[in-house]
This record gives sequence, structure tokens and C-alpha cells, in this order.
Amino acid sequence: MLSYILRMAKEIKGIILLVAILVLQSFNSIAAPDGKALFQANCAACHNPLKDATGPALQGISGRAPSKEWIYSWIKNSGNVISSGDKYANEIFLKWNKSAMTAFPSLKNEDIDSIISYVENFKAPSSVAAAPGAATSATPKGDNTLLYTILTIVLLLIIMVLASVNKVLSRAANAKEGVPSPKDVPFFRNKVVIALLATMIFVGFGVWLTQGAEFGRQKNYMPKQPIFYSHKVHAGVNQVNCLYCHSGAEKGRHAMIPSTTVCMNCHKQINEYTGAEANPLVDLEGNTIDGTAEIKKLYDYAGWDPAKKDYRRNADGSIAAKPTEWVKIHNLPDHVYFNHSLHTVSGKIACQRCHGGIQEMDEVYQFADLSMGWCINCHRETKVQFADNNYYSIFQKYHDEIKSGKRADVKVSDIGGLECQKCHY
Amino acid sequence: MSKKQYWKGLEELEPSSAYKAQIADEFREDLPVLDMSGIEEATTSRRDFLKYLGFSTVAATIAASCEMPVRNAIPYAIKPENVTPGVPLMYASTYVDGGESVPVLVRTREGRPIKIEGNRDSSLTQGATTARIQASVLNLYDATRLKFPTINQKESTWEAVDKMVGDALTGMGGAPVYILTSSMNSVTSAMAVAQFTQKYPNTKHVMYDAISYSGMLDANLSSFGSRAIPAYRFDNAKVIVSLGADFLGTWISPEIYAKQYSKGRKLNAKNIAMSKHIQVEGMMSLTGSSADERYTCKPSEFGAIAVAILNALNGGSSNLSGNLNTAVKKIAASLNANKGAALVVCGSNDKNVQTIVNAINANIGALGTTMTFATTNNTKKGSDTDMNAFADALKSGSVGGVMCFDCNPAYDSIHAAVIKEKLASLKLSVSFNDRNDETSKLCKVAAPSHHWLESWGDAEPHTGYFSLMQPTISPLFKTRPWEESLLKWSGDTTSHYDFVKNYWMGKLGGQAAYDATLQKGIIEPETMTMAGASFAGNIADASAKCSAIKSSAKEIVMYEKVGIGRGAAWSNNPWLQELPDPISKCTWDNYVLMSPNTAKANGAEHTDLNEVNRFKKVFKVKANGSELSLPVLVLPGMHDDVIAVALGYGRDKTVGKAAAETGKNAYTMLAKNADGNIQYASAVEMTATSETYELAITQTHHTFEAKRPILYEFTLDQFKKEPAALYEERKAHLSHFTHSFDDEQGGHDAHAPKADAHAAKTDAHATPHAEAETDWQEAFRENGTLYPNHEPLGLKWGMSIDLSSCIGCGACTIACQAENNVSVVGKKQVLLAHDMHWLRIDRYFAGDPSKPDSIQTLFQPMLCQHCDNAPCENVCPVNATNHSNEGINQMAYNRCIGTRYCANNCPYKVRRFNWRDWNEADCFDDNVYEDGRRDDLNNDITRMVLNPDVTVRSRGVMEKCSFCVQRLQGAKATAKKQGRTLGDGEATTACQQSCPTNAIEFGNVNDKASAIYKLRYEEQKERVFHVLEDLHTLPNVNYLSKIRNTDVLQSVNPENAGHEAGAKPHA
Repeated sequence: MLSYILRMAKEIKGIILLVAILVLQSFNSIAAPDGKALFQANCAACHNPLKDATGPALQGISGRAPSKEWIYSWIKNSGNVISSGDKYANEIFLKWNKSAMTAFPSLKNEDIDSIISYVENFKAPSSVAAAPGAATSATPKGDNTLLYTILTIVLLLIIMVLASVNKVLSRAANAKEGVPSPKDVPFFRNKVVIALLATMIFVGFGVWLTQGAEFGRQKNYMPKQPIFYSHKVHAGVNQVNCLYCHSGAEKGRHAMIPSTTVCMNCHKQINEYTGAEANPLVDLEGNTIDGTAEIKKLYDYAGWDPAKKDYRRNADGSIAAKPTEWVKIHNLPDHVYFNHSLHTVSGKIACQRCHGGIQEMDEVYQFADLSMGWCINCHRETKVQFADNNYYSIFQKYHDEIKSGKRADVKVSDIGGLECQKCHY
Repeated sequence: MSKKQYWKGLEELEPSSAYKAQIADEFREDLPVLDMSGIEEATTSRRDFLKYLGFSTVAATIAASCEMPVRNAIPYAIKPENVTPGVPLMYASTYVDGGESVPVLVRTREGRPIKIEGNRDSSLTQGATTARIQASVLNLYDATRLKFPTINQKESTWEAVDKMVGDALTGMGGAPVYILTSSMNSVTSAMAVAQFTQKYPNTKHVMYDAISYSGMLDANLSSFGSRAIPAYRFDNAKVIVSLGADFLGTWISPEIYAKQYSKGRKLNAKNIAMSKHIQVEGMMSLTGSSADERYTCKPSEFGAIAVAILNALNGGSSNLSGNLNTAVKKIAASLNANKGAALVVCGSNDKNVQTIVNAINANIGALGTTMTFATTNNTKKGSDTDMNAFADALKSGSVGGVMCFDCNPAYDSIHAAVIKEKLASLKLSVSFNDRNDETSKLCKVAAPSHHWLESWGDAEPHTGYFSLMQPTISPLFKTRPWEESLLKWSGDTTSHYDFVKNYWMGKLGGQAAYDATLQKGIIEPETMTMAGASFAGNIADASAKCSAIKSSAKEIVMYEKVGIGRGAAWSNNPWLQELPDPISKCTWDNYVLMSPNTAKANGAEHTDLNEVNRFKKVFKVKANGSELSLPVLVLPGMHDDVIAVALGYGRDKTVGKAAAETGKNAYTMLAKNADGNIQYASAVEMTATSETYELAITQTHHTFEAKRPILYEFTLDQFKKEPAALYEERKAHLSHFTHSFDDEQGGHDAHAPKADAHAAKTDAHATPHAEAETDWQEAFRENGTLYPNHEPLGLKWGMSIDLSSCIGCGACTIACQAENNVSVVGKKQVLLAHDMHWLRIDRYFAGDPSKPDSIQTLFQPMLCQHCDNAPCENVCPVNATNHSNEGINQMAYNRCIGTRYCANNCPYKVRRFNWRDWNEADCFDDNVYEDGRRDDLNNDITRMVLNPDVTVRSRGVMEKCSFCVQRLQGAKATAKKQGRTLGDGEATTACQQSCPTNAIEFGNVNDKASAIYKLRYEEQKERVFHVLEDLHTLPNVNYLSKIRNTDVLQSVNPENAGHEAGAKPHA
């Protein structure tokens, strides 16, 4: 119950944050290009401002490079600069084992300027201060349940004592005045009590029965995962696109949990969690999670040797990776066919509609109850992308009705979205 | 409705009381509760029972833990490129089995093949498949396959095998090593053999086929100078004569021939022309059952018939009598009238008979038009002479070693006895076969090769027509391609992958071309080279030898079944074992086929014992010194002096659970003739025994009463004269119901519609406007019922099945089984009529069972008709079956409570009930049905064949054809995601895809440009009918009437008019 309340609080906080982000973003779009965002979107996979990674550390670039123009042309197409015979360019090329840098012809000069200014002003996050801060903020509030229970029992006792005192007193008073006292009825013969109890049992049983239909549903299911992977850090703070990892969501039935190689695209460089101060990772029991240690766990699964910066190999030369056994949260019965791509591509449904504010979840929990009623309800309420998708041109009747104003929109249910064999076959 | 009379089996023609009792109920056996005698005297009263029931329900609810199991989602550690979980990938590859090579597409899911489809790019097969091709995916997952190499039957390693074989080869001391294979047409495999031969020059490569075409090949060599099978063009032939060749079912390349054959027989009212097919045969074959005219003879008479035809063509007369004389005259006349557009094929393995057939083909100008040696069919190359020489060498002890690939000489060769005796004593014996079969068991070394779905390779089924093979799954077991083994033993360490790749890269000129070809799967010339050839055979000698062939009083034919074929791995394929044989409709066994007359003469006549009961009389059959005891199956259309037994049964226990203890091995009854060629027919003696044996025959399992408008058949002449006869008959009949109840008083009264019908009849020849044509159908749809009519919206699926094209081969049945996870139930449950096939092919006979030549056969694929006014939907108490706006009769398994009312109310009998938990789909442990022979389907390896897009049904649930809704949904999803309309032909059903004769058309009827719409309402509207249309079930499946290019339809033949149901048994 408590965890549920906590989560409710989180949800509300999430909505507020979401609104805030949206508002902030609308402001940002008018202002100068965001160097941090550009850096993270384009450069961070290979570069770190302070450390050498796949590419060199970038801080001090404006001092090192021959000119600003040189930096522009290098970023837009380094190959051209190298083949033009530029001395500095060739030096770097050789120094970094002739691995060419990806060309970014779409970046504008002002974009590059803002990236440089972000890189030059970047400061290493002070990791010393982060840990205790996180710990204090994560300390659970005192649990008052016991206190309240004792208080309730005491109060109930007092009520009982007072009631019996009242009874004895009125009986004594009656005896004194010679009025006959009503006959003493034991509580289990008391009609009011019986009626109350019967009603309570009836209602209780009804509630139990209704909930019985929810056997096998796992709303709010939040299992412990083999790696503490925070969607909040990835999708929320760092704005990694959902489809980067869940690339199946637009292609087919399964959204797909990414293979460790996908993780390693970024985590070859990102080998420590530096956001502990801003986003302390805390699990449901209140334990602080060391993000860097979790990344180490990933390396174990991926077969990555961070010291050598290379994969460990099996005898046959293949990468010594082993799959991560994630605990499946969203479970559908075997007889249900659900296709992610139809919902995301042709339905244009956002991930959050079914998965909740995933960008705010450190640990993922099941947001929707995934019951048939929930599915059906959505199919009743959701409009089909009727005008924009040529597939629906065959529904002549609806097009005519829309034209004549008889119909405002077409819901999924209108094109057979409630039929059994849309999902069961 | 008409005088036509069809019957599914003898029991229907002459129903006994037992049969009538049997078909009266939808479900055969009584409910078990009725068997509990003494239930009334039971001490536990109904009230007590309810109390216990209530208590246990509550107790179970409380006791049951409501905790959900923790499930894991395990992603790829390293995701293979291109694989997206849940999205199928298609790979072009080549199906190979004993020389038969067919370009196919393999559908894989997450790296495991689940379904084979024909490659439509191939100009030869054009996407045609057979039941065996469809079922071959199950062979991949056969748990009986060898999982590792063995030495002396003990598990070993490849290193040990290489060492042992290497030592043995070097110590051979000049003794020859024989490589035995079935016919082989792979370039790279031949190169591997050649490389091995180079290293060990004493190697001899012997190709032999279990079903030998050696006599034909030898005849072609002497007649045309080419020891090869010509490429046939049945599509160019206006007259096709077959002397015992089952070219639609089993003969050489049935998938290609069926495609070509059907092309020459597609017709509509505007283009009325079709080929004429005359079959002369001893037994009832699949091809014979499709023939326009069919004559029966003893197999020993093929030579005499061929000679007589040749003589007749040259103006001579024949010394044959009776029906055969008529046949010869008719054949000669037809051939003469169609010179240059006629073809004669013969199934005999006698060189002399084939020489005469060659002379006939030369005479009628077939060479260069309907057959050619400029392009040859390379699927059969085996030589009986070589095999005989090998057996002699083996006997004399001069053989050093034997290696067998894709052949099983200890089982399917006439020299099996010698091989069994000598093989073990050889210095070296290696089997590359996939399992520990009869031959592998005797070999010192078993070096199992990959299944074709795991292997690289190539094939050249026709000269110049190449098909590449690529693996669709990484090898399941520790197997190695046999070519790689040969290479290794010859000192070449190139992997088979590189070996194939190097060759094709060199041939095609680089990686890009190789990749492109692999993707396409085939390399083909633009057009087939056709050229004539001059006949140089010795007619006089051959005809003298043909005439000298002795006939016997009784003859036996050893034939291949459409499903099981020569045996091989197919014997252990439960799908094929449970596929009802197209003609006999029997599953799981082989048996003696016999005509009703012969059966009667031998005390196995038509009685309850032999027809209705499952127990069949067992006969002892003796031929060529071998005696088998087999049950009798009475089959109309068999020649009275001919009996037939299928090959490929009686396998060893080690072949697998499904194969073991199934039938008897008829290979033991084969013998060779004077030329050394194996003969598949010979003299026979038979004696009845008092024993009986159960045969699981499905014919009358899901039956609906005949004498109702189920089938329509016309002769070509009738159709020419009155193309719209069927259309007008339907119109007249249904116009009783085209009036609304409201619009005119007594609309349903008998008088008014009759006048209408009359008017329609007199109007028969006028072809009114297409729009008006559909009016009465629309009126019938709307007014023939009290239920509201549903307006068409978006898609509306419809299927059309052409009875003229359907040859009954069963490819659709197996394709449906593979696509839809249809369960195999095993023989015991088939006997209880619990078979689960969603698509059954009903076989109907017409004619007089006592006159084999009169029998005409019809096949009608019967599947859920997806009625728009479905009787099953109305009776479901839980609304588990209902209708979609696309016209699909939907079945929600999770809602079904198994009352079976729907099946009871289905007029087409197409619903199947899961009486048991066949596939561990039940949520209870240890509840799965076990039978012994079908159980290998439920192990972890074989379950990989299941289609993950289709629910595996559990016990107590009704199921039926879904129109392959998962395929339709898949096609729709693709179109929807790309934002375009669904194209015609994008959504196909499995049965449609697999059909070798394009008998099945499917599509969106609401789309007036679609093939199905045009077919139904324009091109074929005269032939369209719905089964039991007058019930107003409004099926979304229609059939096209059967047109037979013959003079007399037996179904309306007054001679046989006495065969009304209930008539007295025939004398």
C-alpha cells in the first residue's frame, strides 16, 4: 500500500515534470542552439569532453585546432580535410589509428559553435558530494503504521469500556427508579449486528469476486531486474529515443529488449555513472544504487573488457557475450496477438499511452493492467488515422459519411477493432 | 436437385444399417456418462455431488496460489543482422529428396524454418509444391535423426571418424570403394565425388533410385541417344495418354507436371477448350482419378497396349479385345487427330515398353512440341545395371568399401538381402543418412549429413535450370555435409560452405552476383530449349519382347503413395502418415487394394465387417518368393485381377516412432526382369485368413449426406452447348427466396417464383448485363433470411476452388497443417474420427463399382465455408464463434467451452474438436495424450516447427479453418504501415500458396479489380456454385463446377441409375 502511495506521488510528480519539460522546450526552441543537447545527440557516442575515448577529449579544442574554419570543415567532412593534405588533420588521423570520424554535413556553424562552448565550459561533476546527498534524500520517512494501530486499538478499548460503563450506569439508574431494564441480548443475537455483518460479508465477497477476474493481472508489477537499468536516466535525462533500443517497436510484433551490443554502442565510452548527484538511483527498498557498478554488470554480460577496451573472445573468435535474463514485466496470455508496430506506426500511439511515464521510471513497473477490457476500451475511444493513411481508402462508406458530415471520425471499433480474430488466432 | 449420383464410398452407395447408425450422429461415440451403468443406484445423490463440487471449487480457489510465475525475457546477446523478433524472413533455397529438386522459399522465425512455400519465380514449378515438400520441414526437426557421428553404433567424434575412414581408405589395397547415392543433380556434390575419386581412383559412384526409372532411361538412350528423361510439356498437349504413369502424384516431377497439366485444362465459358487425358492403368492412381477417360488393364498388358497403339497409329489393327480394344482405338484416333500436340507417357520400368512409347511419341510429333531432349529432366538418373553389378561384386567379395548417401539399399533395393548379409563384413562401410535406418545400422561408420534446410548446395533439376540451396537454420546436431566428409577424406580441408561458394562465385563472377542469385534462388534460361529428335530404336525387337510378356491370373502393383513415397525419412513423418491417402483415404498403414468384385470372390465382400467396421480382413499376399500379411481395402476402380500394395512401410524400429510397426515392407516383393530392370508389378497369389486388422480410414468421418447439391459436373460438350446451365439452375432454384416477405403477398408461395424460374430458363442463352447478374444473388442474400443483412465494408475475403483443376494431391492439407499448427492425433484417435485436419479433401465416386472402367472420381476440398449466415454462430452459447466484418467466421479458442453445438449445426462438417491435449497446450502437467507413434511431435526439438503466430489449441476447444487469418493480418499490417491499399494477391492462404494446379483463388471480393471478383462475377460466373447454397448459409467459399472432357458422366448414366441410396446391393 505504501509503495503504491509512493508511486502515485511519483506519477503526479512525473506529470508535473513532463509539463515543465514541454514548457521549457518551447522556450528553448527560440533561443540559441543547445550545445549540450547537440553534443549528446551527435558527439557523445565517441567523445568525452575531458577524457580520450574512441575519439580524443574535446576540451581545449579551440586552442589546439588551427582555426575555427578548420573545425567546421573537419566536423562536416573530416575525410576531405585529410585528403586535402592538411598537416594537422593527417597527424590526428594517424594518431587515432586511421579511424575516420563520422561526417556531420547537417550541422550548422552556429551549432558547432555552441557545441564547442559547451565542451569548453564543461566541468567534471563533483562525485564526492553526490553520494551523501543521495543517501539523505533517499532515507525513508518514519513509518507510523504501528503507532496508528496501537492508537486505534486503544480508542476501540476505550469505546468498549465507556459503552459498558454506560450500560451499567443506566441499569443502576433504572433499578433505582424501578423501571425494568431491557433484556440483555448477547451481541451475536443482536439484529443490528447481524444485519451489519451480513451486509459486510456480502459486499466483501462481491469485491473479492470482482477482483477474482483480475487473477493473473499484474498492474504495478515492478520486479527486481538483473541490472538496475534506469529508463529515467536513459530516456528521461539523456533523451535517448525509445526506438534506439526498442527498434522492433516500429517493425514488428515485439518491441524487443535490445541486445547487449546495442548497449555497448554507447557504453564503450560511458563507463561510469556521473549523474548520481542530479539523479540519485534509489531502488524501491530505499537502497542507493551505484550506477557505475551496474555498468560493470553490463560489461560482464556483454563480454567487454573495460581495461583493454575490447571484447573478450571465445575460442572460435566470437564475442564472449551472454544474454541478460531480464524479468518480463508486460505479460500477455499466449492466445493474445499484440503487434507493437501496428500501434506505433499506423496507429501513431505514443509509447507512454500504454507504458506510462517511462521516462520518469528508474525501475519499470507495469502501468496498465493489460486486461482485455482495457484494450477494448482504447479501441472504442481511439480514432483511426483515417484521412492520412491510404490503406483506409477502401472504407468508402465512412469516407462518404465523413464528407456528408454524418460522421465526425472513425474509431478503431468501427473498422473491426473489437472483433475476436483481431487479437486471438 | 438433379439426377446425379455420387458416392463417397461403397458404404454410402449401399448403406447397411450399421453405416446408417454411424452417420446419424455428428460425434461417433456415446458420451462416456451413458456407459456408467448403475448410475441411478449410486449412493451419492445429485445433491451430494453438487455439494462436493461446490466445496472442491471453493477449496481449490483458496488453496490455489494466485501468484503469477516469474517470466523472463531474454534478448539476443548479439543480435543477428536482419532478424527482428516476430518478423518472418523468407529465404530462397532448394528442396532435395532423392534427386527431386524443387526451388522453394523457406519462412523462418527467429532463425528457425517453420513453413515451406514454392518459389514462384521458377518458370518450371511456378511455385508448385507437393504434400511431401510441405511436410519436409518436419523432417528437419525429427528427433530420430542422428545427433552425432557414430562408429560401430557408438557415439564418436568427427576426428575419430576422419581417422578411422582415412586409415581404412589407405588400407584398401586396390579394392574398389562404392559410393551409392540416389539420383544426384548437384554440380558441387558431383565435384566433391570427383575429387574423392581422384584421390582414390578405385572409387565407383553408383546412382540408383528406390523407384527406378532405369528402363525408361535405357530406352531413351537406344531410341534417342540420350540416357536422360526428357523435359515434358503437358501444357502443350491437347491429348495426354498415360499408360500407368502417375504423373500428377508420384511420377518423376509431379509438381511440374501438375502445374503444366492444369494449365491445359483451365477453361471458362468464353474460352471452352481443354486437353483430353486418357489413363490406362491397373490400380487406381491419383492421376487416373483425374482422367477424362480411364481404362483398366493388368500391368503386364502395358507392352501389348503400347504396341497396339503404335500399330493403330500406322493403320494396323490390334489383337486386344474388350475394353482395351476400345481404348486403343480411341487413343489412336485422338493422337492422330492431334499430331504435334499430343503426348504419351508410361510408368513401366521395362525398356521395351518404353521403346515402343518412344516410337509412339516420335510418330505423333511429340518431340520438340510436348517433350524434348534438348532440355532434360535430371531428377532421375539411377541405373539398375550398375546396381546389379554392385550386388554381384558384393557377392563375389571384391568390394572394399561402401558409402551410402540419401539411399537405403538394405531396405529399398532388390538386393537388400545380399547387402544385409555382406555389408558388415566389409573393411569400410559408411552411411551419410540422416538416421540410424536399415542401412546405417549395418555400417561401421554413420557420418550423418545435414538436412537440406541446414545445408549449402545447389541442384540442376533440368538442364540449365539451377537452384541454389542455403541454410535457414544453423545445424541442430553434430552433423556434417557429406560432401565435406568426402573432401576431408580426399585431403581437402575446404569447408563445404567455401566449396560451394567458390564454385558459384567463379561461375557467376563475384560476390555481388552470388548474393543476388542466392537471394533469388534460381538461375534459369529465358525460355526452355525445345528441339526434336529422331527415333532410332529397334521397334521390331521391342514389340516382339513386349508381346512376349506373360500375363498372370492375378497381378500385384507395388506403388508409391503420394504422402510416404519411397519411404526414406517420410516414413517417420507423422503429418504424412496421417495424411489420408487421396484415393483410399486411409491413414497410418499400408494395405492391399482390391476391387469390389475380387474382394467378394475372396470372401472379403462388402459387408458391415469390411466397410463400416474398422476391422478389415487380412490376406496373405505372395509374390516373388516373399509373403506379406496385409489387410484388404476395397477400392472401386481397381482392375479385377490387379491388387496393389504401397511401398515405404514396414520400417525398422530405429527409423522412428511414427515409422515403426506401420504396415509391411513391399520392397521384398520386387524383382528384376530379363534386362535387369526392377519391375513394380508381378504375378501374385493371395489367400484370405481369418484374421482382421484395424485400418483408420477417414472417408466417412466428417460426412454430410449425399443427394444434396454438393457437386456439379458437366461434360465438355454439355458445357459448350449450354455454358450457363448451372447458373440458370441456381437462379431458378434460388429465386424462390429472392422476394421479400413484405413486398408481395405470398412471395414465398409456390406459384410466383415458379413463373420466375420458368422465365429465367427460357432466357438461358441471353447474357444480361453483369450488374443485373448479381441482382438475384443480392436479392437472395437479403430476402432469403429473417436476419438483418450486413452492408459490405472495407475488405471481404472470398475463396474459389476449381473442381476441374483440383487433382486431390493433398498438398493443401499439409500446408494448412504446417501453417496452422494442426495436431496429429495418431491412428487410435483417427479410428475414433477425431482427426483434426482443417482442410479435408472429399473423394466422390460415380459409376458402377462392379465395372472398374466406369468409375469417375471427383475431389472436393472441404474447409470452413465462412458462411455469412453461419449456422454455427447462432448456436454457440458463449459467442465463441462469430462473424467479422471481413467475412471470416471467427473462432475465439479462449472463449470456447466445448459444447460442440457448433459442429453439430455445421452443414459442412468442417469443425474439429480437441478431444485430447495433443500438444501440451493444456495448463495441466502430464495431461498430454500419448499414443506411441505420434508422440515424437511433442519433444523440444519437434515443437520448434510450431508457427508462433498461431495459438496451439488445448483440450476441449473447437477449431477450424481460419482463412489463415494470421497471414491476412500480416499482409494487412504491411500495407497499413506503408500507408497504401492492400494489393490483390498480397494476402494468400497456405492452401492457395501450396496448390500445384492453382485450383484455389483467394482475395477481396469487395475489390472489383481483384482476381476473385472477376472470377466469381465475370470470367467463371457460369461455373460458380456454393455447396448447399439453398440453406442460405451464404458461404464465402465458392466452387467451380467440374468439367470432364468425356462423353458420358457416370453420375447421370442411366445404366447406373439403380444406385439410389438404399438400393439393393449390386449383383
